[in-house]
Amino acid sequence: MKILVCISHVPDTTSKISFVDNGTRLDSNGVQFIIGPYDDYALARAVELKESNGASVTVLNVGLSDTEPTIRKALAIGADDAIRVHAEPADSFFVATQIAAHAAGYDLILMGRESIDYNSGVVHAMVGELLGLPSFSPVMSLELSDGVVKMAREIEGGKESLEASLPLVAGCQEPIAEWKIPNMRGIMSARTKPLKVVDPVAVEARVRLDGYELPPPKGAVKMIAADNVGELVQRLKTEAKVI
Amino acid sequence: MMKSLVFVETAEGKVKKTSLEAVAYAHGLGGAVTVIALGTADAQALADVGKYGASKVLHASDAALNEPMVQLYTSVIEQAMRAEGTEVLVLANSSLGSPVAAKIAVRFNASLAANVVELPRPGAACIVKRSIYTGKAFANVELKNAIKVITLRKNAAEAHEVGNPVAVTPFAPSLANVDANVKITAVEKATGDILLPEAEIVVSGGRGMKGPEHWGLIEDLAKTLGAATGCSKPVSDMHWRPHHEHVGQTGVKVAPQLYLAVGISGAIQHLAGVNSSKCIVVINKDPEAPFFKAADYGIVGDAFDVLPKLNEAFRAAK
Ligand SMILES: Cc1cc2nc3c(=O)[nH]c(=O)nc-3n(C[C@H](O)[C@H](O)[C@H](O)COP(=O)(O)OP(=O)(O)OC[C@H]3O[C@@H](n4cnc5c(N)ncnc54)[C@H](O)[C@@H]3O)c2cc1C
Ligand SMILES: Nc1ncnc2c1ncn2[C@@H]1O[C@H](COP(=O)(O)O)[C@@H](O)[C@H]1O
Repeated sequence: MKILVCISHVPDTTSKISFVDNGTRLDSNGVQFIIGPYDDYALARAVELKESNGASVTVLNVGLSDTEPTIRKALAIGADDAIRVHAEPADSFFVATQIAAHAAGYDLILMGRESIDYNSGVVHAMVGELLGLPSFSPVMSLELSDGVVKMAREIEGGKESLEASLPLVAGCQEPIAEWKIPNMRGIMSARTKPLKVVDPVAVEARVRLDGYELPPPKGAVKMIAADNVGELVQRLKTEAKVI
Repeated sequence: MMKSLVFVETAEGKVKKTSLEAVAYAHGLGGAVTVIALGTADAQALADVGKYGASKVLHASDAALNEPMVQLYTSVIEQAMRAEGTEVLVLANSSLGSPVAAKIAVRFNASLAANVVELPRPGAACIVKRSIYTGKAFANVELKNAIKVITLRKNAAEAHEVGNPVAVTPFAPSLANVDANVKITAVEKATGDILLPEAEIVVSGGRGMKGPEHWGLIEDLAKTLGAATGCSKPVSDMHWRPHHEHVGQTGVKVAPQLYLAVGISGAIQHLAGVNSSKCIVVINKDPEAPFFKAADYGIVGDAFDVLPKLNEAFRAAK
């Protein structure tokens, strides 16, 4: 079985976000970049399937050369080889088109439910559409038995159980697998695993970035004494008008 | 003046609040608003969508559409868009709306923006503001192509009554068997009548609640307020509460009028799920808890002491 895991390269969840160049570029100063946390679940599940069922795992990233340490980390966690499509990920459709161009022959295409920078949660469905494959997200469990894929998907206020056949695309989230931490052997072997850099297929982005902005600063918290909870009730009624 | 189509989702026959927000948003775009609903639904509820700004309601009522199959839904919405000459498709960002939006965008060579929070900025170009970095920032993006798809973050528009009910027009699309390889085998719905993602008020507990045996305090307050209950991730990891109640970056993103957080420290991953709330109240015994920085109102105190008193005060104020 061949598994493709698509990973985004994003600021760590605790990063402070700010912008430079007149609000057109993320200030990456002091920001630590990681594998997208949901993509990390997808990768962990792929490595588990490799161990239990036997499979090859390829990771793919659409990004410039600064994403290579992130890709090497994925190799250290257990992927066998990697593809980097050498391009700025311009928009979801651009990324989906690049992924689709390399997805032929894979049985399972695993992604995260969403990238934590753009949070669109659409690349998997676009890839499915481009390839004519079913796609599912957010997938909380994924089991293979006799060619049937059994999945559970989170829906508003509940859970949906599904069955489908390979090949398919899935956007993953916890608790699909436990995140894996690379060990020393993984880190050593990652250095020599193949990482292929390819040019993007020509496709125009459909969305143009006009600029970024930050939310207005929050007003100061109003503290209320613990022995005067009636005041909170009053303020929620007359001041905040939320009850 | 863009002609819009709004895909509305229903639950137990009724139109979801997030879908009514999508209708209100489309109305704000200024052009004619057509709505489409799929599967069995309450006729009056659909007619009432007119009150929120729809001038036409299409209903594809075939029972084959009662199960939310993504491919089939996409195909029906595609047919409606072609029939109506739709220029912009608007839908709530949901586990169903999001994949439908993505697929429609591919089929129509459309520009897509997800998690949009406001109407387009005035001007010739269609520039919308969308939430990014898990609520920590916004991006203004131009939807360049002729056809546009917009999914909305909760509270992007307020569903006000602006008109009257409209007649519901039956819509009979061709229903091809496009989901042949996919089978929904079971659906588990959370118990309780107020669904967390749609709730107007949420009472959430963290590790500070000490154990599942104390959740009665949270539930009592939620009951008084007509609220849904939520929790932090460690609470669901330890199985004090079910997984689908956990709020945050890896869990549910809520956007209520009022979010009451009890015994939750306010880690950035938790805040990522609550930062679209209108008003946040934090109860924590540690005055240094980071959550206070993100709160509108705060009480420094012991949950076990404050919760019963607060419940009493809310009940008295009813
Ligand atoms: C990638 C990643 C994703 C994550 N995603 C999420 C997520 O989606 N949602 C989420 O919630 N977390 C998430 N987390 C975990 C998050 O970082 C925090 O660990 C978690 O939110 C802490 O939960 P807590 O506030 O309940 O517990 P704690 O941090 O232990 O805080 C308990 C709080 O209760 C207070 N307290 C104790 N006793 C009392 C009392 N008697 N009365 C009043 N207050 C009391 C304490 O002062 C403290 O502030 C994630 C972490 C990572 C690394
Ligand atoms: N630049 C990228 N390279 C590879 N995969 C990506 C990239 N961006 C997003 N993805 C994948 O698509 C998923 C959904 O992303 P999004 O639609 O942007 O929220 C992510 O969780 C990744 O698995």
